Amino acid sequence: MAAGQASGCVFTTGVPASMNVIDIEALSLTFETGDGPVQALSNIDLKIAKGDFVSFIGPSGCGKTTLLRVIADLEQPTGGSISVNGTTPELARLDRAYGYVFQAPALYPWRTIARNVALPLEIMSLTRAQQEERIARNLALVNLTGFEKKYPWQLSGGMQQRASIARALAVEPDLLLMDEPFGALDEIVRDHLNEQLLQLWAKTKKTVVFVTHSIPEAVYLSTKIVVMSPRPGRIHDIVESDLPRGPRPLDIRETPEFLKLAQRVRDGLRAGHSYDD
Amino acid sequence: MTKPSFLRESVVPVLTVLAVLVAFWYVAALFMNHSMVVAEAQLKGLAFTPSETWLRSWALDKPLLPAPHQVIAELWRSTAGLSVTSKRSLVYHGWVTLSATLLGFLLGTLLGILLAIGIVHQKVMDKSLMPWIIASQTVPILAVAPMLIVVLNAIGISGLLPKALISTYLSFFPVAVGMVKGLRSPEAIHLDLMRTYNADDFQVFTKLRWPASVPFLFASLKVGIAISLIGAIVGELPTGAIAGLGARLLFGSYYGQTIQIWAALFAAAFLAGLLVLVVGWSERLVMHLMGARPERRAG
Repeated sequence: MAAGQASGCVFTTGVPASMNVIDIEALSLTFETGDGPVQALSNIDLKIAKGDFVSFIGPSGCGKTTLLRVIADLEQPTGGSISVNGTTPELARLDRAYGYVFQAPALYPWRTIARNVALPLEIMSLTRAQQEERIARNLALVNLTGFEKKYPWQLSGGMQQRASIARALAVEPDLLLMDEPFGALDEIVRDHLNEQLLQLWAKTKKTVVFVTHSIPEAVYLSTKIVVMSPRPGRIHDIVESDLPRGPRPLDIRETPEFLKLAQRVRDGLRAGHSYDD
Repeated sequence: MTKPSFLRESVVPVLTVLAVLVAFWYVAALFMNHSMVVAEAQLKGLAFTPSETWLRSWALDKPLLPAPHQVIAELWRSTAGLSVTSKRSLVYHGWVTLSATLLGFLLGTLLGILLAIGIVHQKVMDKSLMPWIIASQTVPILAVAPMLIVVLNAIGISGLLPKALISTYLSFFPVAVGMVKGLRSPEAIHLDLMRTYNADDFQVFTKLRWPASVPFLFASLKVGIAISLIGAIVGELPTGAIAGLGARLLFGSYYGQTIQIWAALFAAAFLAGLLVLVVGWSERLVMHLMGARPERRAG
């Protein structure tokens, strides 16, 4: 569903469908370090519409994770403007407008899988019955039904990351922020989780912002690919995908359309990267 | 290779070391008490054969160094051989010391935890309290204990509490330092997660910092319980206390009853070992209840 088609329809967060979920203008961020200021982000302009699946791709140090953390109000920009759900990132965070999935599963080792998913729900003071319902529903979404009573160390890395996705979904946000969630997993597991994530996205119609350094992953998942380059971190290119929206078979990665998109992303990464070292 | 047996891996090495120690002890007792036996022989105008001298140096009433079997006999006599209410029973004295130890340990643990919570949440407390906490442990406790007990006695506080307070003074320190580290142990990613949920400080404490600090707490408690016992014994020394293992040590040295001193020493060591063991068991139980992965034996 493209932005604008459902204009007039008001969602629970109070954002009309015609409005951008994320609106970033001339944003910059400079870290003060012992060695002097380091410009992490420079002159970022980006709009993300409701229902989009947007990937940030770029080499290490291009600021893709920092940009995601700015959206999540985990870092403060030093210039420009940003709105999330039509408000400031801080108000969006206080409103629990997004779910955040980190590079590591970040499950609490003393909690079972079910209690880990319950963590945000306890903080939101949901009733026990509401918690149980959301735990069951979201564990089912990531195919972890039956693992409720297991502790994290009893699960594989891929299952742990799926549990952390269930935990982010349990907040029932319209926006899902994912920071290289599959970066530490092997290729086979990663393919499988990518496929599942697309199905999940199609089913739940959430807006997803996804950080990765894998070209196939970015092209396979995204409706829009933001190619970034380092020193200072900036947007080099924004690639709109012409692949069909919704669940895509893994085979799509062999098609000429896919390869053409991947080539454009690769060219962008190469052009943006300074090989002076 | 057969599968490793408990007997060969644990019992045999421990018993070997013990046997060497006991043998060394007997030899040492022989050398230290030998001159006393010779002096006794001269006094009574007797001539002992070498083997007689040996046996007598392991059976003196007030030896410089009592032989192991003398200490064991005294331990047996003063525990199993007497009613526990007897003023000469080591069980009675052990209980007196233990009750002060446990009270002091409880207070010290609470104080240590409260200080750590304050230090972790308030920068002002971190800056102002931490140097004093460290300085408190540089004061020699043997010097402080008598003054504290005399002062407390003067204002009408006597009995269990002054001794317990010395245990508290010693045991709060490892707990405070360990818990500051423990409460700060959550990784940045776990704290960020709480921030994305808009959790308040209290929720971050109860759901993250406190459970994360449990292994640190138990490491501190093991040090704290042993040091609490030392505190209680030190607290029994200066006032010429009537009861407790410290009092037994003191009386033994007043009257040259070396066997009694060694028996009290062993009782104290046994008590300390038992207390550390109990803390270790509770740690295993708590970690099990918290779903920790069972530890595999190395090797």
